[in-house]
Amino acid sequence: MDLDIRLPIGLMFSVFGLLLAAFGLISDPVIYAEHSLGINVNLDWGLVLLAFGATMLLVALRARRSQQVRSPRRPGS
Amino acid sequence: MLIHLGVIDYGLLGVYFAFVLGIGLVIRKGIGGSKDFFESGRALPAWICALGFIGANLGAQEVMGMAASGAKYGLMTSHFYWLGAIPAMVFVAVFMMPFYYGSKARSVPEYLKLRFDEKTRGLNAVTFACMTVMSSGISMYALATLLRAILGWNLHLCIAASGVVVLIYIFTGGLRSAIYKEVLQFFLIVFGFLPLVLLGLKQVGGWPGLTRRLAIVAVRNGMPEGAWSHSWKFVGSAQSNPMGVEWFGLVMGLGFVLSFGYWCTDFLVVQRAMAAKDMGAARRTPIIAAIPKMLFPFLVILPGMLAIALTTDAGGGAHFSLPSKGGSLNYDMVVPAMLAHYFPSGLLGLGLTALIASFMSGMAGNVTAFNTVWTYDIYQSYIRPQASDAHYLAVGRAATVAGIAASVACAYTAAKFNNIMDVLQLVFAFVNAPLFATFLLGMFWRRTTGHGAFLGLLAGTAAAAVHHGLSLPTGAEVGIKGGWLSVVHPYPSEMAQNFWTAIWAFSACFVATVIVSLATKQQKSDEELTGLVYALTPKLKEEDVAWYQRPAILGVGVLTLALVLNIVFW
Repeated sequence: MDLDIRLPIGLMFSVFGLLLAAFGLISDPVIYAEHSLGINVNLDWGLVLLAFGATMLLVALRARRSQQVRSPRRPGS
Repeated sequence: MLIHLGVIDYGLLGVYFAFVLGIGLVIRKGIGGSKDFFESGRALPAWICALGFIGANLGAQEVMGMAASGAKYGLMTSHFYWLGAIPAMVFVAVFMMPFYYGSKARSVPEYLKLRFDEKTRGLNAVTFACMTVMSSGISMYALATLLRAILGWNLHLCIAASGVVVLIYIFTGGLRSAIYKEVLQFFLIVFGFLPLVLLGLKQVGGWPGLTRRLAIVAVRNGMPEGAWSHSWKFVGSAQSNPMGVEWFGLVMGLGFVLSFGYWCTDFLVVQRAMAAKDMGAARRTPIIAAIPKMLFPFLVILPGMLAIALTTDAGGGAHFSLPSKGGSLNYDMVVPAMLAHYFPSGLLGLGLTALIASFMSGMAGNVTAFNTVWTYDIYQSYIRPQASDAHYLAVGRAATVAGIAASVACAYTAAKFNNIMDVLQLVFAFVNAPLFATFLLGMFWRRTTGHGAFLGLLAGTAAAAVHHGLSLPTGAEVGIKGGWLSVVHPYPSEMAQNFWTAIWAFSACFVATVIVSLATKQQKSDEELTGLVYALTPKLKEEDVAWYQRPAILGVGVLTLALVLNIVFW
């Protein structure tokens, strides 16, 4: 069992990104005025994390596919 | 300062733990024997090893400590990176990795056994094992006290929980699990801290605003205006820079002895490179790691500089206030205080997850290094040689449990007797300070003998202890800080004293090793030393390696970049 580390990294940051961005959409803007200079950092940074996570997932899936092309399964295995 | 977490923050923390434990469980199926468990099967690509290499080093002590130093000493803290890390990382990659990876050694102490003799290995293995357990315990204790202070969580619960999590994923996946987690943590730290730097910089008015406020900080501390925003400009004399060090002590002590000693001989980091799939990958590991390492000052030192700048009332008033303790600023709280100030619920969960991850990564790195050294260098060598592989795998797993249990014991000892831990750490520092001289001579001078190495190490340790006992930083009390023999030489700062202790230890070890080696007979034949000593090892063939994968070329590139950074922030 050889786990490609990009897979869990991609998944984890995608989940982080989705949660943060969603929270950014529904949260009270007051918390941003109070803490982060009025910027909705949850939404912005959530999207950054999502982009990073998705890229990692994409790379991992492509690597997996090209590996399958290179070593096709023999019949019966 | 108590922070209240929302549901979203706990959610993010929960997601992280689910992933960490999940990875351990998935990897578990791939563990077939002790080689998989201790050496990760030597199958990892260079970039994973490199991020693990840097992740293992990027523990919480580093993150919080460097931010604290950034506030206390300003940009001079970057010397720990651009001077005190990059050159040594290139050196270990280009010159030392061929001996570590190429020899049959599975650990740094084992290299010492092959190159020198049993007693040199024993000394290194035992002190290293004690030190890893202690550092892991101190990480645990630091995490628990931090969580108690900022979240109001129960101390015992925190210690128990962190122990159990680390136990589960190392027990299941061994070194590979630990390295994967270090890679996750690397990205977490980057993404968790970057917004802090960006928000801080925005508020302070960018780099010009930061230097303007830092000039006020410097003048108030009786230093020249640029003392907090230059790395080299004021090292001509120890009195005109906040670190209290002069250039020679800085370059020799930090840049040479301490830095090369850590990056080239500490098994905790070397183990990550030794897990690589082939020699090329092992040698590229430290160099690839050097690239993010070079940029870390912007991630971990800058928050400290921003914190002190924002705390300063510069006409427009202070934007932030660093917590104080007993009348002076509490620099250790830079990171948590900045997180609480600039991160709203949501991002706060991410920042705290990154911080907690870095504490646990520090623990895990130590525990994996401990179980390897214990199993190979102590158990297999002295207690039960020639048992089956399955037996050593079982011992490794048991050592993981025992290591964590010992860490918990250390955590509670640290809680009870603060001083005992400080004393022990000092003793280990004395033992480690001369180690680089031994490796340097061992790898590059074939005449170095086992007696020479062993007695040299003892001489170096003694020199470190005596130097510490005879010197004292200004304003410190006699005792743990030094001067316990008699105060012969005062230093302007503790940092300067540490650098010079290292210089003395290195020099004493070097000279003693040479003298004793010349006076004793070499017990090892040239055949035995092949692959362990530079002159007796065939040069690696690199003709079929692309130029951009050659360690020497990569190394020169990385060194040039580090030089540029030094000049830009001179």
